[in-house]
Amino acid sequence: MVNYSYTVLIPLIPFLMFILLGLAGHKLKPRLSGLLGTAGLAAITVLSYITAYFYFFRPEKVNDAFQKITASNSTWLQLTDKLHIDMGVLLDPISVMMLIVISTVSFMVHIYSLGYMKGEKGFERFFAFLSLFTFSMLGLVVATNIFQMYIFWELVGVSSYLLIGFYYTKPSAVRASKKAFIVTRFADMGFLIGILILSFNTKTFDFLTLTDPTGPAIATGSGISFLGLSVMTWSMIFVYMGGVGKSAMFPFHIWLPDAMEGPTPVSALIHAATMVVAGVYLVARMFPIYALSAPAALDVVAYVGAFSSLFAAVIACTQTDIKRVLAYSTMSQIGYMMLALGVSGYGGHEGLGFMASMFHLFTHAMFKALLFLGAGAIIHAVHSNFMTDMGGLRKHLPITHITFLVACLTIAGIPPFSGFFSKDEILAAAYSHNRFLFTVEYAVAGITAFYMFRLYFNIFWGEEREYHHTPHEAPAAMTIPLIILAVGAAVSGIIPFHKLVTSDGKAFESEIEWAIAIPSVLIGLAGIATAWVLYAKKTTIPDKLAATFKYTYKWAYNKFYIDEVYLFMTKKVIFRYISAPVAWFDRHIVDGTMNTVATVTQAVSFRIRGFQSGQLQKYAFVFISGAILLFVLLIYLWV
Amino acid sequence: MFFVGVYGFLTRRNLITILMSVELILNSVNINFVAFNRYLFPHKLEGFFFSLFVITVAAAEAAVAIAIIINIYRRFTTINVEDVDVMKY
Repeated sequence: MVNYSYTVLIPLIPFLMFILLGLAGHKLKPRLSGLLGTAGLAAITVLSYITAYFYFFRPEKVNDAFQKITASNSTWLQLTDKLHIDMGVLLDPISVMMLIVISTVSFMVHIYSLGYMKGEKGFERFFAFLSLFTFSMLGLVVATNIFQMYIFWELVGVSSYLLIGFYYTKPSAVRASKKAFIVTRFADMGFLIGILILSFNTKTFDFLTLTDPTGPAIATGSGISFLGLSVMTWSMIFVYMGGVGKSAMFPFHIWLPDAMEGPTPVSALIHAATMVVAGVYLVARMFPIYALSAPAALDVVAYVGAFSSLFAAVIACTQTDIKRVLAYSTMSQIGYMMLALGVSGYGGHEGLGFMASMFHLFTHAMFKALLFLGAGAIIHAVHSNFMTDMGGLRKHLPITHITFLVACLTIAGIPPFSGFFSKDEILAAAYSHNRFLFTVEYAVAGITAFYMFRLYFNIFWGEEREYHHTPHEAPAAMTIPLIILAVGAAVSGIIPFHKLVTSDGKAFESEIEWAIAIPSVLIGLAGIATAWVLYAKKTTIPDKLAATFKYTYKWAYNKFYIDEVYLFMTKKVIFRYISAPVAWFDRHIVDGTMNTVATVTQAVSFRIRGFQSGQLQKYAFVFISGAILLFVLLIYLWV
Repeated sequence: MFFVGVYGFLTRRNLITILMSVELILNSVNINFVAFNRYLFPHKLEGFFFSLFVITVAAAEAAVAIAIIINIYRRFTTINVEDVDVMKY
């Protein structure tokens, strides 16, 4: 039995770093505080890898399945004898995999930030927030019970809010951070409702009991029903609502593109690689319940995922801000993962979608972090976010160019890069389950390749623009993480996920389905070719196309006016028909009552203040008269 | 005697006189205590003790009251209660 109790340190170290940097950071030299934060991350990266090594390669298997190990657990809040909230560390394949993802990406982002954020005001504050975020994210993935997960879920939201609004002097950043916080918070309300329904019916928060296929959660789930769906389905749909908010799925996706106002390393860490996949992780964590007792909820997951991936891919084709393109592509890829979960079954080869989703999560974290960090390097070089200001950069930024190309090929699903393998698994899972969604995803694969290479050609090929100064390659602190991540993105496809991370912990055989893989690669290549024709050299075709499909283009460019719909809903409908009457009621009825009471009191007191004359003897006279009166009264009553 | 004290307390304007009236009231009470104790419970002593306490407290009260009167005189240069009326609305 391997002792895993040291894993408590994994979330604890960043927390201590946060306290240290947050409280004492301004006294340290900025560089030192940055290095301290990075050193803490290095330590937990090492710890995570050790854990993963022991977990996957020195496993204690029962029935050939990876066991869920509670490495530590302690009661945090004892409310009553039965109701208590615990904090602890739970190790199972997905949480160990997430530990690897988070610590690696976070570590890379820390190193990168040392270069990228150099000389920024609030350097140590930035690292304190990064540590806080890492702490909450790690706490989220190792949560032993759903309530701990919820607590860390909110903490992740807070740290995301702090980091998006890092440039708090910029009004747009402040707006974006508020938007992100409110939208996700609104979705988390659903999560909380889901938790309450779930725990009310199963009498437990604990994941081990909840996700046990023979446990009470799955047994009691199907009984009671409401509006034609079982109560477990409802709770799972509500829980999924939280995941939708955090993972920026339609219709709660509106915060993600705006969140790009934050510093680029933050976008890479939070809004590409880790936080936004929390929703996927949540569904994966609750997967036995979804698969075994709430299949309708799983369909919701699949369709929301598929729709979001298509929707975001179309928008991504028209955006010109490179970070926004990447944001929509993140949304699209997470849609993929959700879809994969949605078409998965439980156990054995049926769980292909589950495995594929986790696999894609892993590879996506690598290549998307790489893309964002690459975008950061580009922005660093040309001081602009817009594609129109870029072109011909391949000579000036050789390292960024190569790594970016690797990432683009990976996301487009070109072999032998990792994206090919994970995307193939997803498509295979979709094919065996739902042909319609499968077709949608094929289309999305093509669009993905198209918009990524549109980005690539626009930035690195084409004509050179007028730059303020010659663009220069980023410092080593920024290029080294790029190279490491590029290697990760390129080779992580060979990891045998079907042996390691599966829905029931048992390994199953899986191989590349060439009948699906070859067309998908062809579609990817077609997308790239289209992008080549349109954008590699300066032509007028894109403009003509945009002119031909003027309305469609305009719709997509304006993100299908979803933001406007929200504004309309809130301003015109909710504010006018709900908030305004409520405000009127508050102002006139509630305040009115209080004001009347106050006015009456005041009026009366003005009348009677004459009694307070200051004449001592008047008081004494009244007092004694009263005493005598009472005395007389008493005697009369007595007799 | 009690009502003589009360009358004095209510009608006199001079603080010293008012104080004297209070003393009158207290003394009347003492006499009452002693008298009722003697006639109603001749074998008990509570009434006597009570009046002893009242005397002690009256002494202390007189000291405090005179101190207050002196302070009032310093503040208002008068000891007429009708002129000391700042504690009104």
